[in-house]
Amino acid sequence: MPNPILQVENLVKSYGDVQAVRGVSFSVEEGEVFGLLGPNGAGKTTTVEILEGLRTLDSGRVSVCGLDPQRDSEALKHEIGAALQATSLPDKIRVMEALRLFSSFYKRHREPEELLQRFGLEEKRNTFYHQLSGGQKQRLALAMALLNDPRVCFLDEPTAGLDPQVRREIYDVIEELRREKKTILLTTHYIEEAERLCDRVAIVDHGNVIALGTPRELKSRSGDTTRIEVRLSKPASDGSLQRLDGVVDAREVDGGYVLHCQRPPQAIVALVKYLEAEGNELVSLEIATPSLEDVFIELTGRRLRD
Amino acid sequence: MKNFVALTRMRVKLAFRNKMFFFFVIVMPFGFFFLWLGVFAKGIPVACTFYLGPVLAFNVMGSFWGLSAALVMFREQGILRRFHVAPVTAADMLASSVVANYLITLPIVCVELLLARVVFRVPSIGNPISLFILISIGMISFSSLGLVVASVTNTMQETQVLNQLLWLPLIFLSGATIPLAYLNGTVQRVGLFLPATYLVNALQQTIVYSASPLSRYVEIGSLSCWALLTFFLSVQLFRWEPEARIPRKAKLLVAATAIPFLLLGILENRSDRVLVEAKRAFETLNPPSSAPKTSSLKNSPGDNPN
Repeated sequence: MPNPILQVENLVKSYGDVQAVRGVSFSVEEGEVFGLLGPNGAGKTTTVEILEGLRTLDSGRVSVCGLDPQRDSEALKHEIGAALQATSLPDKIRVMEALRLFSSFYKRHREPEELLQRFGLEEKRNTFYHQLSGGQKQRLALAMALLNDPRVCFLDEPTAGLDPQVRREIYDVIEELRREKKTILLTTHYIEEAERLCDRVAIVDHGNVIALGTPRELKSRSGDTTRIEVRLSKPASDGSLQRLDGVVDAREVDGGYVLHCQRPPQAIVALVKYLEAEGNELVSLEIATPSLEDVFIELTGRRLRD
Repeated sequence: MKNFVALTRMRVKLAFRNKMFFFFVIVMPFGFFFLWLGVFAKGIPVACTFYLGPVLAFNVMGSFWGLSAALVMFREQGILRRFHVAPVTAADMLASSVVANYLITLPIVCVELLLARVVFRVPSIGNPISLFILISIGMISFSSLGLVVASVTNTMQETQVLNQLLWLPLIFLSGATIPLAYLNGTVQRVGLFLPATYLVNALQQTIVYSASPLSRYVEIGSLSCWALLTFFLSVQLFRWEPEARIPRKAKLLVAATAIPFLLLGILENRSDRVLVEAKRAFETLNPPSSAPKTSSLKNSPGDNPN
């Protein structure tokens, strides 16, 4: 990678006996949207908060815009923007006041008025923070993250807890930032978000990066297969689904079965015949194109859930 | 400096938008004012002059209560985290809390002084320069105490408990509620270890006897040292994150805030200066013959052998 703006090498962080981050390494190039995808508790937020200078690391090395987040904390804060996961503003602060207040902290800043328009908050300029909806609060958080025209923007679970429509609105905003070539480090546990928004994704589980690459590269790990998810009335006997015609891989996941198939029609016919022969019944069947979820299942044997 | 000014302005604005603020910062202090001067002093000008110092001290000391609660609430709600990721220092945050509180409380104290003169016919408010210095130092030092409370407590519940534990001795053993000269001799001597006692006594001497700032150098000096010490400690112990817990060793540091008045208490217990002054002021209400017999003074102004 020619010029990484953000570098993480063997990052380790523990909270008491719990090791939250266990040797994470990755780097992000300027202008790239990089995603940390993983379930809750995977160590994504801890990693991001170390990069933002909010937490200390136990061992390893991190660098953001050529600065050490611990040693150069003050200088770093002028270079980065952040939409934190668990944060808030005073209830009785108005939207415009919050933007003006925070913009006054930075040496370099964008016009609050411009951000207000860009994030569709013009009509809410005089609204108190506590009167905003979840989506409006999140849009304000994103606007605040851009106040200092940052070189690197950290978006920690920017759409967590939002309804699908609001989530899509936030995606549009992030896609716009991507078009502007902003460097973004995004954490998420939504597959769709990582696939749609990120140039590259690191899949994180139990404090480790278990896969890293572009969404296309990662998905190609699963081969040119179609995923069929089935639920049966009775458990299938060991290895029986794996042996079905057209099935290249079968795994039990969360009480159901995930079959990766190269020839889905043959596989479904074979499955129905097998169930008839076994006196078993099909409770549900779902066909999906390959996604990062498949990569996660393949690597961990678990599903990436909310 | 720019951040400090912006934060101070914001804190003042937010305070005026808070309904609780009107109760705790405006209604309650005026309630106490009318209770002390209208009921305790029965509206008699001489008695009002005596009680004006204690009630002003009472309202000035109250600063610590609201300040600690507000800061802990900001931390619990994740508001401080948002400031932490911006280039704002702990000193900016804490100093703005103290100054905002000062700017809000000072006009209220001025109105109380005006009401004392106009409504209760207090003949004089004494030395206005001493009064201004003492009220200012009192507000800053007790606000800083509030910051220390916020630094050592983890939850709002803990904050309220610690506030109660501090508030009760401060108001009942210092002469702010019950005149010092009226208290039991042992209690009087315990009171000499409390910063509140020095604020009450200095304000009373300033109003009743028009004491100059120079003559109050002990109180002004000790309260100033205490303000610096408590502010310094609160900056050292400040936590932005709700889940950050204060180490036990750091809690011991808080004991250092007691040192100035521990030393002063020992000296004052030897000299009896404060107790003599408090008795003399009390005698403006009661002729010496009816003064309480509980006093433990070694010397008193009335004990002149000549």
